[in-house]
Amino acid sequence: MIPRPKPKKNRLRRTMMFMNAQKPGLIKDAYIYGADSIILDLEDAVAENQKDAARFSLYHALKSIDYGDTEVIVRMNGLDTPHWQEDIRCIVAGGADGIRIAKCESAQDVKTVEEHVLAAEKEFGIEEGRTLLMAALESPKGVMNAYEIVTASPRMFGCAISGGDFRKSMHVQIQEGGIEMMTARSMMLLAARAAGVQCFDTMWPNIDDKEGFEAEVVQNRKMGFDGKSIVNPRQIRFVHETFAPTPKEIVYAEKLVRSFNEQANAGVGVYTVDGKMVDIPFFEDARRVIALAKACGVYHGDL
Amino acid sequence: MDIQKSAIAGTLESSDAQVIVEPSDHGMELSIESSVMNRYGRQIKAVVLETLDRLQVKNGKVAVVDKGALDCTLMARIECAVFRSCGLSQKNIPWGGAVK
Amino acid sequence: MINAVGRDIPDELLKNGKEVYQGKYYMDGKFVRKATPATRRCEKPQESKLCESIKEACKKCGAHDGMTFSFHTEFRNGDYVAAMVAKVLIEDMGLKDIHVAATSLGSAQNNIADYIEQGKITHVTTSGVRGRIGEVISAGKLATPAIIRSHGGRPRAIEAGEIHIDIAFLACASSDCCGNASGIGGKNNCGSLGFAIHDTHFADHVVIITDTLVDFPNLPSSISCTDVDCVCVVDAVGDPSKIATKEARMTENPRELMMAENAAKIIASTPYFKDGFSFQTGVGGPSLAVNRFLEDYMAERGIQMGFALGGTSNAICKLQDKGLVRHILDTQDFDQGAAAHIFKHPDHHEIDLNEYANAANKGAYVNKLDFVVLAALEIDTKFNVNVITGSDGVLRGAPGGHPDTAAGSKCCIIVTPLTRGRMATVCKSVVTVTTPGDCVDVLVTDYGIAVNPLRPDLEKCLDDAGIPRVSIESLQEKAYSLVGAPDDLEWEDKVIAVVEARDGTILDVVKKVKPFSF
Repeated sequence: MIPRPKPKKNRLRRTMMFMNAQKPGLIKDAYIYGADSIILDLEDAVAENQKDAARFSLYHALKSIDYGDTEVIVRMNGLDTPHWQEDIRCIVAGGADGIRIAKCESAQDVKTVEEHVLAAEKEFGIEEGRTLLMAALESPKGVMNAYEIVTASPRMFGCAISGGDFRKSMHVQIQEGGIEMMTARSMMLLAARAAGVQCFDTMWPNIDDKEGFEAEVVQNRKMGFDGKSIVNPRQIRFVHETFAPTPKEIVYAEKLVRSFNEQANAGVGVYTVDGKMVDIPFFEDARRVIALAKACGVYHGDL
Repeated sequence: MDIQKSAIAGTLESSDAQVIVEPSDHGMELSIESSVMNRYGRQIKAVVLETLDRLQVKNGKVAVVDKGALDCTLMARIECAVFRSCGLSQKNIPWGGAVK
Repeated sequence: MINAVGRDIPDELLKNGKEVYQGKYYMDGKFVRKATPATRRCEKPQESKLCESIKEACKKCGAHDGMTFSFHTEFRNGDYVAAMVAKVLIEDMGLKDIHVAATSLGSAQNNIADYIEQGKITHVTTSGVRGRIGEVISAGKLATPAIIRSHGGRPRAIEAGEIHIDIAFLACASSDCCGNASGIGGKNNCGSLGFAIHDTHFADHVVIITDTLVDFPNLPSSISCTDVDCVCVVDAVGDPSKIATKEARMTENPRELMMAENAAKIIASTPYFKDGFSFQTGVGGPSLAVNRFLEDYMAERGIQMGFALGGTSNAICKLQDKGLVRHILDTQDFDQGAAAHIFKHPDHHEIDLNEYANAANKGAYVNKLDFVVLAALEIDTKFNVNVITGSDGVLRGAPGGHPDTAAGSKCCIIVTPLTRGRMATVCKSVVTVTTPGDCVDVLVTDYGIAVNPLRPDLEKCLDDAGIPRVSIESLQEKAYSLVGAPDDLEWEDKVIAVVEARDGTILDVVKKVKPFSF
């Protein structure tokens, strides 16, 4: 068993790449592609009569493969299926970093999962509290309950929207520009920020439509998402480049942080940088940008 | 564990292995076919026997058709087939115990 | 006898002056007296050399039991001609004990596999042994060991008289009635006829087979009528859907792109990467990707490629049109774009296998090559490469120009994933050595880069450029940790193929695989 570091709630998750738990030949190379997180799937990628087989494959994949620094999340089956309890036992016993709760609709869903996760941690001798949680919101009810969901457990690191199921329940088709998902995305983002957790957008299924994909990623970034689900390694590079702070943003952030350090020593709280008035929230954001730039490997300064 | 009925797990896709188990009373009968037989035949047999041993399977016919699966896949497929053969594959698997 | 790459060569193969491999450049400076063909004088005027059928041409050229016939594979998997000729010789004319001298053998020549099994074909020399032919030879069905030679080793062997071609049957896109033949101007064009030309100078008889007869004189032409005995016209020289391949596409696989990007970075870190540098081109997805990344470095440093060498694709032609590549030296065109470009652009030249890679002439073009990027089925910790046998020990690949370009170039880079399915590409000892480790400089895998310790100069280049590298042993250990350490193959005593180094010495032998039993 390859020892894994303790999972962290707040870490880079620009890309969360879905992988099939029953293909260890592909999973073993996952960390080479450089996705920040991978999501091993027990839910939609697995046929109904193979749920048991997928668990055995998952357990061994978790135990025997070296993932490097890549986080390993497992998507469990929803609470409306007969599979979720055994899924949780298997995932926790295997030592995954976190669980993605499919079709999460309420705080109670989260609490139910949390109970079983804790029980499994106890049963299998895993450090209690180690296994993180994230919620996949796939229905109008789930999106509307976003805030109570993301605050329902200290293990919760973020929420994601699952476009396919969500659109079906809203009776809409995928639209250029994303207007059919606009409100849902915004509500999720508000809830996540209010709760201090991360927020991820849905995957782009049509790998060959590069233009459409890139437009959506840019929109995601502008709206404030922390990351995006992806289904193919080809999608990684563009997402990472788009979500990393630009050189311009980094330079500005450095200016703010440096000037803050100087001004604070002189007892000043509000002043102008580049003709704009700035105060404390600006500096906090500037520090966040520099930290993000460092994590993305694009910061070459000395702050 | 005892193999109570026929069961199958896995596929014939590249890098996977298909395992078929059947009940038998005369000890273990093993048949192995592999696309990498010359290089890994011996190792595949060892993994199969080790896994069956951990599951305490003493009797049965086990047929493995391997398409270049890694050890972790072979183990997963054998375990799944054996648990399925007892109708016990859906709940309360001894993760970390007999399944390691 | 053990040779310089540690392979044991059976003594019975070391007859008639055949030696074991003793390191690159072993034959440098030695003299060779070349073999010459027996040429039938055509002093009496003939209006036309057209024959009614291939069979008639065979009779005219004195086809007989025990003869050697040759053909080229510029039409690759789409070729009809080689299979047609083999059928005429063996089925229609009932000839026996036939020797085949092919530039390569693959699925387009599956009937040759049948003739081998039937014992009608008894000797084979080739570069490639793909498909059923490889399986049949590995199963020991060929009466004598097949001789595997690289693109440069073939002309050497012909000139040394080790291969004596009775009749060369050469598929051409177009020809006139006297045999001025070309790779363009027909229904099915292959572009460069680089694989065919040398045979016309050394075979006793030459038969041109085309599907497009054009007016006399078909000039300029790659093959001269003065070297041709007969011309046959057939319905099609090949399958257009397999010949007229659309543009070879650059890979989109991120793993291959990452390795290609690293290969380009390494190239740019060496002192050979300056204006006028030369590059061996190929058409595998990663090769095109390396070109693409190199283009960025070339633009950045304002340098042009002096010449591109080898198998040509439309991508390289486009670079030449952009003014980034000065000359293309072309042995083979992989797509229709390249086939249409050669002979149109004044600096896109056809060269033959002798000019390209013959180790025994006064300096082939590979000797001026700076960089080559190659693939490998296996590579071991001494950097020996195997491109001919699979991990199951069965013949399935082709050395092609691999050993020649590796030996001639200043920097030879192998690009390959660390594992393929359950097969460790980087291993302790390759199944068969087709390119010796002393010719291989750098290995790029998806798990890391290794430099041959024989090249401390390149180690320094990478270090200075901040390119991380690891030992090849650590890559081999990583490979085994991922897929498990493989058991060694077991062999019977029978030698089914001899791998000749480009200088004619023996590099390795392939024996019959022992069937597995527990």
